[in-house]
Amino acid sequence: MPQDILEDLLERLQITKSIEELQVWTHELRDYFDVAHVVYHTVNREGEHVGAFTYGLEWARRYVEKEYVKIDPVVIGAARRFTPMDWKSLDWSNPKARAFAKDAAKAGIGNQGWSVPIFGPNGEFALFALNDNASDDEWNEFTQSRGKDILVVSHLVHQQAMRIINEETVGSPLDLSPREKDALTQLSLGQSRAAVANELNISENTLRAYIDSARHKLGAANVTHAVALATARGIIGRQKEFPKY
Amino acid sequence: MIHYIYADQLENFPVLADSMFKDRAYQFKDRHNWDVTVNENGHEIDQYDAMNPLYVIWQNEDGTHGGSIRIMPTVGQIMTNDYFSHLTDGVKISSPVIWECTRFCLAPGAGPNVAAALLAAGLELGIRFGLDQAIGVIYTRTHAIYRRIGWVPEIIGTDGDDREAISIGVWDISTEARDELCRKSGISADDMAYWFDASFNANFNDESLAAA
Repeated sequence: MPQDILEDLLERLQITKSIEELQVWTHELRDYFDVAHVVYHTVNREGEHVGAFTYGLEWARRYVEKEYVKIDPVVIGAARRFTPMDWKSLDWSNPKARAFAKDAAKAGIGNQGWSVPIFGPNGEFALFALNDNASDDEWNEFTQSRGKDILVVSHLVHQQAMRIINEETVGSPLDLSPREKDALTQLSLGQSRAAVANELNISENTLRAYIDSARHKLGAANVTHAVALATARGIIGRQKEFPKY
Repeated sequence: MIHYIYADQLENFPVLADSMFKDRAYQFKDRHNWDVTVNENGHEIDQYDAMNPLYVIWQNEDGTHGGSIRIMPTVGQIMTNDYFSHLTDGVKISSPVIWECTRFCLAPGAGPNVAAALLAAGLELGIRFGLDQAIGVIYTRTHAIYRRIGWVPEIIGTDGDDREAISIGVWDISTEARDELCRKSGISADDMAYWFDASFNANFNDESLAAA
């Protein structure tokens, strides 16, 4: 999968300023993953539901009206769980759950789904999901090959939603430690990972853990993106702009 | 066999849970004299057990605990960041594709095959859910176990320099490592996949048993 498309997409995620803009953005993400639907859902400090999704508004209204949140196995199954969930592995045996599934299918919700429960650093809870029409084999192939990207993206969507909900300025990342800044700085100079690990006197796997933590805190798609964001925000220096005469 | 059990599901496995927390008390308090709390039931339980972690547990044929590890996502509160950030160069490890593994415990008499099976099960979990790496709090003495089963973590940092030292280690998650550990444990990759599905699929019933 082309990582630069994902990078562009996540750049645009970071400039969304309202839940409405985030909602528009989920349609881009849906097209990127080439699935039927994308949905993100959380609860704000006032206890109100906040969501950004590609479902039709009619279905969203019906979901609220029918109080489906109380019987939806995707929501119930995610309670106190941090492991991603394949929707077909959930308990649909309750007749109410089955009726709900039928109603959802009528509204154009696909037969397959993959949810990521998200517990944020401040105790908040959110759910991110992809939904599609596919055979079991196709869906399994998709979730296994894209599982990592889905995890990464789901948390970045959550971070952005939290910034919007808490009215924070866009792009204020969690603090990076000096070591993470060192690693990103060295990488920004075009050094290989092996060289950077050697320079910092750590193993390559340790370096990976450090830079992936930095990537997550910066809200970046990948390491290149993390370096670019850290540079743009002045977290690391712009050494490359000074020619060496 | 392997079970993946969230803390809030342990009540469905009373014998397994009781023996696991007792084996942890024996390993961490009695044998290694760690500064851990053992309650009136003889269970070693800490603050992280109260945060609904996921346990990967080897169950003996008599239903008791053979070995276990405890898994938590690094985007939440974890032991490594709370107590050992001086071993990670001050870096707060936090990524949705890195999970933390702590309280690696083997029941008295459990062989290296159990250790290998547990770690293979941990890898199965990581592969199925799209993870990249695992970090862990490692007791230096248990390092020998990892060496024996051929899946040695890279050490990020170590506290102390004697046999009581504690390290933070990092492992790569790969299908190659899983297959190799399956081989060492004498468990087929199919069985490992089967146990995973039995734990995480609510519709995993006799029908799927017949099909497997």
